[in-house]
Amino acid sequence: MTIVVGYVPTPEGEAALTQAIAEAKKSNDTLLVINSSKGDALVDNRYAQEPDIQSIEERLAEHGIQHIIKQPVRGHDAAAEVLDAADENEANLIVIGLRRRSPVGKLIMGSVSQRILLEADCPVLAVKAD
Amino acid sequence: MDVWSSLMDGFATALTPMNLLFAVIGVLLGTAVGVLPGLGPAMTVALLLPVTAALEPTSAFIMFAGIYYGGMFGGSTTSILLNTPGESSSVVTAIEGNKMAKAGRAAQALATAAIGSFIAGTIGTALLAVFAPIVVQFAVSLGAPSYFAIMVLALLAVTAVLGSSRLRGFASLALGLAIGLVGIDSVTGQRRLTFGQPLLVDGLDIVVVAVAIFAVGEALWVAAHLRRTPLHVIPVGRPWMGKKDWQRSWKPWLRGTAFGFPFGALPAGGAEIPTFLSYVTEKRLSKHPEEFGKGAIEGVAGPEAANNAAAAGTLTPMLALGLPTNATAAVMLAAFTSYGIQPGPQLFSSQGPLVWALIASLFIGNFLLLLINLPLAPVWAKLLQLPRPYLYAGILFFATLGAYSVNLQAFDLVILLVLGALGFMMRRFGLPVLPLILGVILGPRIEGQLRKTLQLSAGDPAGLFSEPIAIVVYIIVAIILAWPFIFKLIRRNGPAKKPLLPANSGAADYSD
Repeated sequence: MTIVVGYVPTPEGEAALTQAIAEAKKSNDTLLVINSSKGDALVDNRYAQEPDIQSIEERLAEHGIQHIIKQPVRGHDAAAEVLDAADENEANLIVIGLRRRSPVGKLIMGSVSQRILLEADCPVLAVKAD
Repeated sequence: MDVWSSLMDGFATALTPMNLLFAVIGVLLGTAVGVLPGLGPAMTVALLLPVTAALEPTSAFIMFAGIYYGGMFGGSTTSILLNTPGESSSVVTAIEGNKMAKAGRAAQALATAAIGSFIAGTIGTALLAVFAPIVVQFAVSLGAPSYFAIMVLALLAVTAVLGSSRLRGFASLALGLAIGLVGIDSVTGQRRLTFGQPLLVDGLDIVVVAVAIFAVGEALWVAAHLRRTPLHVIPVGRPWMGKKDWQRSWKPWLRGTAFGFPFGALPAGGAEIPTFLSYVTEKRLSKHPEEFGKGAIEGVAGPEAANNAAAAGTLTPMLALGLPTNATAAVMLAAFTSYGIQPGPQLFSSQGPLVWALIASLFIGNFLLLLINLPLAPVWAKLLQLPRPYLYAGILFFATLGAYSVNLQAFDLVILLVLGALGFMMRRFGLPVLPLILGVILGPRIEGQLRKTLQLSAGDPAGLFSEPIAIVVYIIVAIILAWPFIFKLIRRNGPAKKPLLPANSGAADYSD
């Protein structure tokens, strides 16, 4: 079985990854790390760069977890990428990080987490940054 | 009136609150489009042409000047922090600048670029103020044959010297000249290339052509290549320089200025060649040659000074002769025409106050740019996070609005789309945009001089060679045209030279 984690290089993303590693160790599942960008801006700070990905790779290998890291840039938003990955791999768990958002901010920007929570076919574990 | 008192009058005009406001708007806009790769001052001025039609010409040109200089400043920020040149003239800056940033010296790289640009821009503008009237004195004595020859030289030189492929350059020039021919023949009144379409009789409006080629073409091109792996901007605080950086920077600044101004002023100038020459010179003269390729401050200071000095230099033939040598100057020249001002040697006498206010505003704009760039470079870099669909949707909106507002004719929108598609195809097949724009803008004027010459000589082509200066210029033209063959001969005898720039340096010869 597979656990899908939505990763972004922020405290929330790190918290989600840490939690996902713990879950994967417990159940001995494959961990699928998704870090995506729409790719429509020249600069996207939520898209992890090479050194970041390498350190995650090392960290996962250290824990002895079977893992796949994917960084799709297809013009889809992050929620769609995580949900797609979960569907394709018949994931039994999705792990995401939550951040504080004001109601107005959510109205304007939408919420990736909310969409994943509402549309996922499997349990979703939402964690907050410490 | 001597230069000094004219310039002071210019300052008096440029420093009125309204004009100062336009200068501020200009430098802010200019920096923004300079930072964003793909957008350049030429496109911005073209988009603003219809919007500024209601303004005083002086205010409009003060804003355009701010955009032009701002673009030169802004390009360096993207080069240094992202390794993607914001402008074609800051390609060289990226070589050392990005290395410096990666080594944690982004603040110093940005500082030397900004201060060097300021110093070079100020010296360059001063040289412009001194030399332009001298060039005018010389130019007034030129007759139509010499004038024609100089324009031919400018067109050929820009086409043949810049860009990677001569064939593509000349193809683009031919397209431009053809577009310039549309309309009524000024001497005989015959219709040319109108295809029986009465709306084409007045010719294609230069604003529509410029907006279509720069804005619509670029927007379509970006839309076709929207998705790319995003990058991170190298984080940086407020730019500053240590004592050692100053010591290492001031000489490259001055040398860069010395390279930039004359190359900008030459008909085949442009800012790319002097930036590269400056880089090579600094590399050779540096006391720290081992640092080159790993982030040498001289490699940022020199080229950045060179491109700003070249920007000032470009304005010399533009104001003194009515001869643009880069895309922004070409569009500014079109702006003169759309205000009913005749560009050329008469400009200084007929529009003296405007020209001197423009030159004064360059000094002011330069100072403003230093103020907004030095502390705010990291903020400007945030612009790069803007999703491009929003950005280009806005540009297309302005392009359409602008093209329609020129004549209030729906037919102009058809032309906008057709030429926009042409602009897209040109980018697709690597045709440089500059020769086309120069062809459209200079074409009718060059034709006017040719017809005048031939009328004076009663149709005898020998009239083209009736002035000594014309003959000298034709010899230079011949050398430029024959240069590839001479070069091949030399190369056959000597060892093969390495390419000047790395192939993937991101140099895009259409970006400004």
